[in-house]
Amino acid sequence: MKRLIIRRLLFGLLTLFLVSVVIFAATEILPGNAARALLGRDATPDALAAAVARLHLDRPLTTQYGLWLGGILTGQPGNSLVNGRSVLGQVMPRVENSLTLLVLAGLVGVPISLLAGIFAASRRSGFFDNVVSVTALGLAATPEFVVGFFTVIVFATSVFHWLPPVSMVAPGASVLARPQILVLPVLTLILVIFPYLFRMIRSSMIEILQSDYVEMARLKGVSRGRIIFVHALPNAIAPTVQVIALTFAYLAGGVVLVEYVFAYPGIGQSLIYAIFARDVPVIQFEVILLAAFYVGLNILADLITILVTPKLRARAWQTS
Amino acid sequence: MTRVLGRILSLGSGAVGLALVLIVVAIALIGPFVAPHSPTAFVSFSFAHPTGKYPLGTDMMGHDTLSRVLKGGWRILIMSTGATILGVGTGALFGIWAGYAKGVTDEAIMRAADVLMAFPQIILALLFISLLGPRLWLLTVLVGAIHAPQVARVFRAATLRVAGEDFVRHAESLGVAAWKIILREILPNVTSPLMVEFGLRLAYSVTLIAGLSFLGFGVQPPTPDWGTMINENRIGLMASPWPVLIPILLIALLTIGMNLLTDALARAMLGGARRVDLASPPIEDMPGAAEREIAVAGVLR
Repeated sequence: MKRLIIRRLLFGLLTLFLVSVVIFAATEILPGNAARALLGRDATPDALAAAVARLHLDRPLTTQYGLWLGGILTGQPGNSLVNGRSVLGQVMPRVENSLTLLVLAGLVGVPISLLAGIFAASRRSGFFDNVVSVTALGLAATPEFVVGFFTVIVFATSVFHWLPPVSMVAPGASVLARPQILVLPVLTLILVIFPYLFRMIRSSMIEILQSDYVEMARLKGVSRGRIIFVHALPNAIAPTVQVIALTFAYLAGGVVLVEYVFAYPGIGQSLIYAIFARDVPVIQFEVILLAAFYVGLNILADLITILVTPKLRARAWQTS
Repeated sequence: MTRVLGRILSLGSGAVGLALVLIVVAIALIGPFVAPHSPTAFVSFSFAHPTGKYPLGTDMMGHDTLSRVLKGGWRILIMSTGATILGVGTGALFGIWAGYAKGVTDEAIMRAADVLMAFPQIILALLFISLLGPRLWLLTVLVGAIHAPQVARVFRAATLRVAGEDFVRHAESLGVAAWKIILREILPNVTSPLMVEFGLRLAYSVTLIAGLSFLGFGVQPPTPDWGTMINENRIGLMASPWPVLIPILLIALLTIGMNLLTDALARAMLGGARRVDLASPPIEDMPGAAEREIAVAGVLR
């Protein structure tokens, strides 16, 4: 098992390395290099040459890559091309804000989705199951930013006026200082993850509730609640945990759109602004952070699979 | 073909899906010919409420919202279809090639696919847009490139099941060239995932392209476009919801319809005998997840 896990981790590191190469290669080799992006098309040759030297663009590509990766790994990803401030200093508060959204969505959304799925499975084809299943089907097919705007139109601007439609925060202030701005972005993320989690736990539970050992427990006269939560749930939760990890990995992309809907000061909104400003160091750093988050959660999902799959576990024991 | 269509329609969800898709496509394609006003004419003040002459009111610039909605859909449809054809085409080709060639070629193709799949999908598109600027052809190519690795995995798996069959071995023993075997022997036997993949990918193309337009990287104003309209007019949501509400509604109906239709298609090709359970394990798109491949393969086996 150890070997399998170590192999997966090494493979993850290799993937991240290749991802960094792709990001670097894309931003350096493609037309419109950083110096030109910074200065625009009308830059004088002198200004261009100075910028090229400052950004090390005159060194060989491998050296440039080494300097760049070294900078990121040592926590010094350089300075913004737009305002000259440290990239780390302006990106990390954004990361905190985005993580706040994801953690809140997870803390509230995961239990709700799982309970709804368990309840639907225990009364399969009942009223609740049918209504929620159809809703989940629709939600799963609706783009994240569309879900976001529906929540804005319903709860902020047109139907009710309960909550602020955009996240106005004073620069440098914590988003937690105005918790009401978190409600709609978090609600949107919950609606985005709900269908995947709901359907996964529901189908696992249905399969398990039809198994022989549950039938046996039922014949013995074990209560319904005890069957569901003590006998069935532990076996249904394992595959679901993997899907939870994958769903959050998926949010690494989804959060960009959701933050842009609410003008929420997170990494996604910051990335969009950096792209408009062609701020290459910020773009590179934020893309690599998002990719690392994505790769990390995918690894986590695989490790969970290894740990909960008896066959893989057994094989891993034999080989280690 | 008619048999499959019949089965799709006999599933309630399939009929609803087809109806939704047809309605939205009709609005997008017929709309430009029946729009009452020019989409770029200034007809009233900003965010005017609906009146008889302008049934959906006006947008931020004082353009007629209805005309912009009617003329703003066809580009998304064409770009999504183009991206999907490109992505499913190259993905299928590389997947079949990897699955048939095996060995080093297989490893090289699939590891390259892994690297592309290590990016959150919209981030991959944004990375390249940030360098090359928002161009419509670039958006189409990027969305196609995002699909290709995932499609390749599905087709590699399908090819591996077919490649060992006797008819393939027979062709090989006759000395038929590899590309002919791929086109004549293998491709015709992996077409069932082709249709389902195309449906799933098309819905996801619409999501991605509309999303990128919403972020400001698609069709540029004043050209009307559903995604762009959402971005332009969201500051006026308090004054008038229509210029945002109608585009998001149309995009949602289109993607929901496409998902229902594809789901029904997958079930119809299964044989249609199985009890329809709308919430059975999702076979729809869950980007980046390897188990999708297994789910699709499982449904179509």
